[in-house]
Amino acid sequence: MSKSTSLLATRNLTIGYKSGNTTKVISENLNLTLEAGKMVCLLGPNGAGKSTLMRSLAGLQNVLSGDIRIEGELLSDLKPSDLAKKLSLVLTERIEAGNLTVQEVVTLGRTPYTGWLGNLSNYDRERINLALEATGIPEYKLRRIHQLSDGERQKVMLARALAQDTNIILLDEPTAHLDLPSRVEMMHLLHNLARKSNKAILLSTHELDLALQTADQLWLMKQGGEIATGVPEDLVLNGAFESAFAKKDFYFNRSSGTFSIQESTFPLNISLSGNQDLIFWTKRALEREEIGTLTDAVFRYHIDITETSSGIVWQLKWDENISMVTSLESLANELRVIKNAVTP
Amino acid sequence: MQIDSAVPGTSHKLVMIGLVVLAAFFFMVDVLLGSVRIPFSEVVSIIFSGKSENTAWLFIIEKIRLPKAVTAVLVGCGLSVSGLQMQTLFRNPLAGPSELGITAGAGLGVAAVMLTAGSSTSIYAIRQLGISGSWLIIVMASLGSALVLSLILLIAGRIRDNVILLIVGVMIGTITISVISIWQYFSQPEQLQEYIMWTFGSLGGVVHYHLYVLSAVVIFGLLLAFVSSKALNALLLGENYARSMGLTVSRTRLMIMASTSLLTGSITAFCGPIGFIGIAIPHITRSLLGTSDHRILIPGTCLVGTVLMLICDIIAQMPGTQTVLPINVVTSLLGAPVVIWIIISRNNMRSSFS
Repeated sequence: MSKSTSLLATRNLTIGYKSGNTTKVISENLNLTLEAGKMVCLLGPNGAGKSTLMRSLAGLQNVLSGDIRIEGELLSDLKPSDLAKKLSLVLTERIEAGNLTVQEVVTLGRTPYTGWLGNLSNYDRERINLALEATGIPEYKLRRIHQLSDGERQKVMLARALAQDTNIILLDEPTAHLDLPSRVEMMHLLHNLARKSNKAILLSTHELDLALQTADQLWLMKQGGEIATGVPEDLVLNGAFESAFAKKDFYFNRSSGTFSIQESTFPLNISLSGNQDLIFWTKRALEREEIGTLTDAVFRYHIDITETSSGIVWQLKWDENISMVTSLESLANELRVIKNAVTP
Repeated sequence: MQIDSAVPGTSHKLVMIGLVVLAAFFFMVDVLLGSVRIPFSEVVSIIFSGKSENTAWLFIIEKIRLPKAVTAVLVGCGLSVSGLQMQTLFRNPLAGPSELGITAGAGLGVAAVMLTAGSSTSIYAIRQLGISGSWLIIVMASLGSALVLSLILLIAGRIRDNVILLIVGVMIGTITISVISIWQYFSQPEQLQEYIMWTFGSLGGVVHYHLYVLSAVVIFGLLLAFVSSKALNALLLGENYARSMGLTVSRTRLMIMASTSLLTGSITAFCGPIGFIGIAIPHITRSLLGTSDHRILIPGTCLVGTVLMLICDIIAQMPGTQTVLPINVVTSLLGAPVVIWIIISRNNMRSSFS
């Protein structure tokens, strides 16, 4: 295990906006570090100031006070061309030059290293090919950006950042606009990249469960701009997660690691029996109907779920009655009638 | 950007060679055609050896047709490259020197020179001022362009919408033209007529040292643009990405503005406001070469601009007749449909700008 080195560090950092005489502080007294070989996810509710923090760390926005050190040097002292060799970015903004080929976009990542006309050396070509391979897009090389899906585009932008060959990569919501498989793929790709190439990767995201699974460290930004840092599991157990996303009617379910709608006493409770998977989904459907469920008892109302060759069958039994349905929708309809009958 | 694959690389080269051949061909045709018929062999010998038995022919070729063809080449290169730079800088397919009121700004500069010149208030009079006069007019026209350009740049920072920026450009152009109109209102009828002649645009009349001055400024502007081509490429991804790749955006912007103002200002000062070349040619070149790499696009737009400007000039001469159409009329007739095509075929716009 190599000794972890801090690539980016902030000291008493205050971020925010200054316009005229008014100053709006987003977050103050931040002491954060990014270490080599680690993927850090910046999480927080909308409007907490994630983007402002990302922009400030990237040097796209002036800080109000405190300092940011990149590989030991003050960010404010670095020339743009030197900073470009230490830190690269993947932004949320859609690139508008759809006419460019994938190869051309990735090649632009070499801009800090090439001469005045941007001619490539053999080393530059090597780095470009490595970046294309690391993101798994060498076969798209000659395709144009506007022919790509959002997930592929995002990979191209990541490849461009990799070609820039920096120790630090900041990504602003790289999983936005992506479908679930692409989101999972992107997060794992970033995680592996951090490990294999010993880069420090910071990304802001809304993917709570994915971040919990893949991040080495979390930066949790609360509504007031306060940031709690730590290993995901620690933050779950010490309640930082719940307080960061605290909202009425929502609660963080520690056993599943997901947020759920507030549990309340349900007017109707039903017992379930059957296969685990089927129970899981049935439970979810019934919870939405405000019907409580239990699996380790038999109540007055009981549902037995079986999977037959012709499909799934829900058998609802109460008193002397038996009713069979083949979809959760019709089950919900039936239970709604019962619920209305039992609740005064 | 380096094109590594063999296929696009060679096709670029082929298109470029084709364009060079076309440019040379139309240059010859432009010199050959005119109200006086001069045999082809004579034209060739005058161009290459500078000799002919017929002194009238020698005069026509050397003093009228050659300068006019060279001016056409300069205008074609200068306006289209300044349009290309503006489209990349504003990330707007509808940007161009005449569309965003930059030529109107240059016109204001020209008008300012004429106003302070007092009695000799016409472009033709200014031309008689000699070399210092031509520098003065170029400086003023370039300053006028730079003024409008920086105003638009200031507004463009707040507006992301292409069409709204275009409307703002048209409005600023209108304000500039109104200022010129006030001056026109207080002018003598004969001065007014000359001003109106100037607005029609003319490639002729740029002779002697004026041509040298214009060539020097246009070549300098083109070099400035070519030097910025790496920065322009980085700007294709947007300003934030460009900055993250080590570009000093403010300096780049200044370079592009200087180049655009010099090109548009000098050309407008001497040839009048020539419309649509600046907006249309970059689009034609992009679709012809299929690239957004400015290191290829800048020479490419120069060649396409040269070819089209020469064709416009040939049409303007109305071969076989004694009449000459104003060049601005011809470029507008050919250029406006291209702009309509850009707006209608959203695909074309989307592929380069979204």
